Amino acid sequence: MKLTVWTYEGPPHVGAMRVATGMKGLHYVLHAPQGDTYADLLFTMIERRNHRPPVTYTTFQARDLGSDTAGLFKASCQDAYDRFQPEAIIVGASCTAELIQDDPGGLAETMGLPIPVIALELPSYQRKENFGADETFLQIVRHLAKPMEKTKRVSCNIIGPTALGFRHRDDVQEITNLLYELGIEVNVTAPMGSTPSEIAKMGQAHFNVLLYPETAEQAARYCERTFDQPYTKTVPIGVGATNDFIAEVRALSGSTAEISTDRLRQTWWNQSVDSTYLTGKRVFIFGDGTHVKAAARVARDEMGFEVAGIGCYNREFARDIRAVAKEYGIEALITDDYLEVERTIEALQPEMILGTQMERHIGKRLGIPCAVISAPVHVQDFPARYSPQMGFEGANVLFDTWVHPLVMGLEEHLLHMFRDDFEFHDDAGASHHGGHSPKPMQVPDKTPKPVLEDVSVAAKPVDDGNIVWLSSAEKELKKIPFFVRGKARRNTETYAAEKGLGEISLDTLYEAKAHYAR
Amino acid sequence: MNDLTPPPPALGCRSAPILKQRGQREVFCGLTGIIWLHRKIQDAFFLVVGSRTCAHLLQSAAGVMIFAEPRFGTAILEESDLAGLNDAHKELDREVARLLARRPDIRQLFLVGSCPSEVIKLDLSRAAERLTQQFAPKVRVLEYSGSGIETTFTQGEDACLASMVPVLPQTDARELLVVGALPDVVEDQMLSLLADMGIGPVRVLPARNIDAEMGIGPNTVFALTQPFLGDTHAALERRGARYIQAPFPLGEEGTTAWLSAVAAEFGVDAETFERVTAAPRRRARQAVAQAAETLQGKTVFFFPDSQLEIPLARFLARECGMTPLEVGSPYIHDALHGPDLDLLPSGPQISEGQDVDLQLDRCRAARPDLTVCGLGLANPLEAEGLSTKWAIELVFTPVHFYEQAGDLASLFARPLRRKGILEAKT
Repeated sequence: MKLTVWTYEGPPHVGAMRVATGMKGLHYVLHAPQGDTYADLLFTMIERRNHRPPVTYTTFQARDLGSDTAGLFKASCQDAYDRFQPEAIIVGASCTAELIQDDPGGLAETMGLPIPVIALELPSYQRKENFGADETFLQIVRHLAKPMEKTKRVSCNIIGPTALGFRHRDDVQEITNLLYELGIEVNVTAPMGSTPSEIAKMGQAHFNVLLYPETAEQAARYCERTFDQPYTKTVPIGVGATNDFIAEVRALSGSTAEISTDRLRQTWWNQSVDSTYLTGKRVFIFGDGTHVKAAARVARDEMGFEVAGIGCYNREFARDIRAVAKEYGIEALITDDYLEVERTIEALQPEMILGTQMERHIGKRLGIPCAVISAPVHVQDFPARYSPQMGFEGANVLFDTWVHPLVMGLEEHLLHMFRDDFEFHDDAGASHHGGHSPKPMQVPDKTPKPVLEDVSVAAKPVDDGNIVWLSSAEKELKKIPFFVRGKARRNTETYAAEKGLGEISLDTLYEAKAHYAR
Repeated sequence: MNDLTPPPPALGCRSAPILKQRGQREVFCGLTGIIWLHRKIQDAFFLVVGSRTCAHLLQSAAGVMIFAEPRFGTAILEESDLAGLNDAHKELDREVARLLARRPDIRQLFLVGSCPSEVIKLDLSRAAERLTQQFAPKVRVLEYSGSGIETTFTQGEDACLASMVPVLPQTDARELLVVGALPDVVEDQMLSLLADMGIGPVRVLPARNIDAEMGIGPNTVFALTQPFLGDTHAALERRGARYIQAPFPLGEEGTTAWLSAVAAEFGVDAETFERVTAAPRRRARQAVAQAAETLQGKTVFFFPDSQLEIPLARFLARECGMTPLEVGSPYIHDALHGPDLDLLPSGPQISEGQDVDLQLDRCRAARPDLTVCGLGLANPLEAEGLSTKWAIELVFTPVHFYEQAGDLASLFARPLRRKGILEAKT
């Protein structure tokens, strides 16, 4: 048993729903109790889809448990076929149905439906959403795709995009265009946008472009073994990764076509002098393994940030993220415990967070700017405008998105210079954010540190680790702009502790500032 | 009632045939009630014993709008918990001890059963008893089920309140108990109306914290502010309390009828009743009239969601001039919904339960001007050209009693007004 407040991933059947909802002509019959239909709103509200997910829930109740839940499943399955006339059906159980062991796969196979019926085994008490999507897509490919003669012209499949994916819609468009410029035709894009009959033709492609290892790596490996299709290993997020990706695709396809980088502005935007203030900003990066890995590279090599910490919530990518952390000389945080992520951010006091919607909430609470780089995301992360993360346009988008939450260059200086200006003070926040200032930092689990009146006693070492802020120092601390105040407090306390001081005076504050100057 | 209120219809819906279907239900389970209950009861923590799906549901329904650490969580069952129930109890004890150590502000802990905990027959009442002994007197531990196999959406609140009834102390005092979670501002309005009529003492269930004085016994009379409290109603009657039957306090008419039933019970004279209610009634009518301009003559179709559908249909039909075509409710309870069914003019199909695909077929055929439905159906129906109102907003917004009657009407008018604006410009 594990206590959870917020979760990064849903249960595995939600992953299967992401695959089914992305596709057309496929229906998912899910053995599940009343209430599990909540998952529909993820797609209709958060992603704003204009159709219901193609899912039929059996909706069994307590009174059915003693009687015939298997019969209920078969009736639902038949109804779904009759009503929706899909090209193929996937069947499975949600967490509760897994416990009653009706074997939806076995039941559906005995029904003699004239279409492929694909049984899913998604262990709800061990695995999570991404696994559910990855496994579902693998099973669909295994059942439907057949070895075929390769297309005459060089072609590839784009695999990995699903419903409810972070910017999948726009990434697919960006990468499809890039491949077109390289002279490569896209055979099938799947699961998102494909039908079962298109999946059947996946074997025609010469290679696969794996956009999201989280949701399609198993299928990529299967195709490599079965159809002799190699797949791309670089996820093209950021300028460097996009160039590596192009090189990889050239090696796989033999393409020598020129690629225009006219649309790429991110490189110059970073070189321009206004961006100097980005130098060395300490960022904490958290999300799914793929996006975190890519964001770390962009943050350090393209934006000039200092990566203060990284981590991911999907254990499947723990090894990758640990390797990246090692390269950056930091510790990796592998956890799906929201509170642990919050504690880590609080301890690191980064100047910016690149995270998920959860970290956006942590950032709000701690007064640290945050940009979202990874699922899970909310309705505001499904923008109306074209907004990919991948390719050259994606690199432009990353620059804009990451810079937006920050206080900009000259404004930062002015805030330092005129701290007490009545309308231009730090509590007003960045001026392009409509006067919104983050909530003051609160540490609920700790009692507030006592503030003593300034008295001229010699600072004496204490051994209980409880450091007292003198009121003049506390007042001075408040004059420091909010976006560096947390760091200043932490540095000063660390400095005082190292020096064995029990109190922090104005002098201590400035000695600490000098000590940590960089 | 004064002469501005239309007389009850010659033929209401109480004896109308009810269409009962079963199939896929597009409703939340009872766990969802935790979203408002954990805000209402300020010293309580709701610990769901369930699966990752339960945690994901709460998070999705809450929309992750709560920044702070919320006062609810899910003890997620893992493979090892399924193997041995004794171990599961030990694990639960450990998680509860850890939780209470970290949150010393918690005085009431609700263990909330889920589909998986029910199916594996994890006995939470035993756990609650054991944990109460361990943590008494500081923390009281109760349990109820919010599972989808037993409860829909608002029945979770019913189950929660019903679980509190047996532990209320016995009293012989003549008291009014008002039952149902209301936003604090609405609750205060209600208490002040009752106080102005000289009715008291008034107790409210759920109270904002555990220290609220509340007893129950044969001299207790109780009124419900929410139409989904069937089990709580039964539990209170078992303790000897008597129910004051009335329409629900939604809209001016409902509020007046509700207050007047309570006033009659406490012997309030007509003059006092008029003095206290005249001004807010006038305001409520005025506010409803503005929104009703948009709603007048329009048709409405209710998918089942919160059990508020019947009182709402009564409000829309009698105060806003709408014509209900179908009124679907997850459950219909005659003792609770009867007075509202009496007032709802005959005509609409009353339905209980759901086969969502068949109901969608009926809705598409009826082409109502406004469809009240859950979040899973709203955008798909909008895309088919139907105007919709998300039902969940009716549960998360202050809508009860006089001062909110206008807001309630506006909630229904807004989608129609918006459609009008957008169509006029294109």
